[in-house]
Amino acid sequence: MEAFDILLTASFWVAAIRIASPLIFATMGELICERVGVLNLGIEGIMMAGAFAGWVTVYAGGDLWTGVFVAALAGSAFGLLHGVLTGPFGLSQHVVGIGITLLATSLTYFTYRVVLPEVSSPPKIVPFQPLEIPLLSDIPVVGPALFNQTPLTYLAFVVVGLVAWVLYRTPLGLALRAAGENPAAVEAQGIGVAAIRIGAVMAGSALMAVGGAFLTMSAFNSFFFEMVNGRGWICIALVVFGSWRPGKALLGAILFAAFDAYQVRLQQLAGGVVPYQVFLMMPYVLSILALVLVARRASYPKALMIPYQRGER
Amino acid sequence: MRLEPIPSRSLVRTFGWPAGAVLATVVFASLLVLTAGASPFNVFALVAKGAAGSRFALFETLTRATPLIFTGLAVAVAFRARLWNIGAEGQLYVGAVVTVVLGTGALPLPAAILIPLVMLAVAAAGALLLLGPATLKTRFGVDEVVTTLLLNFIVILFVSMLLEGVLKDPMGLGWPQSERVVAEAQLPRLARGMRLHFGFVLALAAALATWVVMKKTAFGYEMRAVGHNAEAARFAGIPVNRVLMKTALLSGGLAALAGFSEVAGLKGNLTLDLSPGFGYSGIVVAMLAMLNPLGVVAAAIFVAGIFVGADAMSRTAAVPSYIADVLVATALLTMVTAIMLTRYRVRWR
Repeated sequence: MEAFDILLTASFWVAAIRIASPLIFATMGELICERVGVLNLGIEGIMMAGAFAGWVTVYAGGDLWTGVFVAALAGSAFGLLHGVLTGPFGLSQHVVGIGITLLATSLTYFTYRVVLPEVSSPPKIVPFQPLEIPLLSDIPVVGPALFNQTPLTYLAFVVVGLVAWVLYRTPLGLALRAAGENPAAVEAQGIGVAAIRIGAVMAGSALMAVGGAFLTMSAFNSFFFEMVNGRGWICIALVVFGSWRPGKALLGAILFAAFDAYQVRLQQLAGGVVPYQVFLMMPYVLSILALVLVARRASYPKALMIPYQRGER
Repeated sequence: MRLEPIPSRSLVRTFGWPAGAVLATVVFASLLVLTAGASPFNVFALVAKGAAGSRFALFETLTRATPLIFTGLAVAVAFRARLWNIGAEGQLYVGAVVTVVLGTGALPLPAAILIPLVMLAVAAAGALLLLGPATLKTRFGVDEVVTTLLLNFIVILFVSMLLEGVLKDPMGLGWPQSERVVAEAQLPRLARGMRLHFGFVLALAAALATWVVMKKTAFGYEMRAVGHNAEAARFAGIPVNRVLMKTALLSGGLAALAGFSEVAGLKGNLTLDLSPGFGYSGIVVAMLAMLNPLGVVAAAIFVAGIFVGADAMSRTAAVPSYIADVLVATALLTMVTAIMLTRYRVRWR
């Protein structure tokens, strides 16, 4: 099979959409946070916590959707911590974010070892199964890729639409966007910036955690250490690449995932001529390149990374 | 709620809040220990004993503190100028690679020349690695947090490639590890039967040198000015971008020396598990030290003690050693909160 033919196979696009799904959740989560002015570097750890929380809930006998809910809950708890520390307490978003990532990751590993003290290979759960949508899934290539995925993938696309709708079509969205552009104006409308920001960071963190849960409950069926593997940081790059717009960020995530799926297949094709690490590096290199490409015309939310204090000018 | 700066701080406030942070951290960790089904009192006693209960334990703690001093300094320097270098982990590995490349027999030199030469090359390599993200920041406005983080993953994969390729030890039974560095490139041990090595002395010297640079030189002043308010510094005629570049060189070099010290002083060769996150722990160390280079030494020993102590504790008590990571991360968050509370008063209305 030639390198180009890969792009025409259905299995490639199925894999691309599957790889994109957790990135879509987490990118939307980060996008919400940044739109209200909060850079959430807790993303990597929150995804890890979500991956574990969802998986362990199902492992303990819970329903799959209960697992998703518990993951979201865990995520929003870390979001609350992040929101309070960087909001009313005015601490550095960088330091708090890294701190949350370290805390969430170590708490996850600790809990994993407490729950499963003596296991060599982590136990498996029955993950979400693909849900075939009749008729639509019969379309060649596009059908299986978009309409024969697990329910969580469909949810990811629904979330994008929901985020876009809330941000651009509702009064709440106006307040959210203003909190990230001109918080003083929001305060002048009698809306609390702190509350808006904390709420948004909680919601965003919940989405990140669901993105993590996708890994253990849909992409794989088990929990491994270091399984998030930098996906959180990649999502931060995707938000910039998507210029803080849900639709563009979605496209970026799918493009990125397609590239990732492509390098895996290219790796098999290259058959040991090029070291496999070169292919594994590609996603990270690509993320940096994407950042450099868009950086010049990037329109950051004006109040990003600026703590807001009431009554300050 | 609002925060009001406090013009003159009382002693109670200056020490009360940090003490409260320690207390909160200990209480949180105790709750976790309880959920693991052990007695917190017993566990903390075991951690303390494992960290400082004997001459051997103490030396182990100092051995573990050595790379943390280097990475802590790297972060302290960078954060002081608000250059968010989260890439100490990658810079450490680059330093280790250079140590192995130059130290495994490529240069037939006596130790007195070889070691300083390797250190220079290591620092240069680490500095160059951070120069990339720093240039992207100053030239293109690309946020350095994400680029340094992503570079960590790239570097680790690069090291993995080298260890399965050109740097692979032919006698390594197929394991991805490098050859051992020659005797002339190894740092001597400080005491018989102990693992503590000359790298600790180098780390202390680096801390002192960094302190002098930050507090006693014009460059140090410029760094602090840029970190405090880049706009104001620019108006005052400080070449902000050049200061950021120089800061990046210093920070990257320091982090790379951690890799040198681990390979040349402790491990002897390079493997993929050389660093259990020393680069990330360096952030905690730097923050606990409030970015003071001399404080970094104390904070590194403290953090190292928790890790060494928890390792020892987990061998006897049924509490996972990850409790150390939780403790350290919690300490970071509670301490930055406490430091803020010593400077500001919270007004609820």
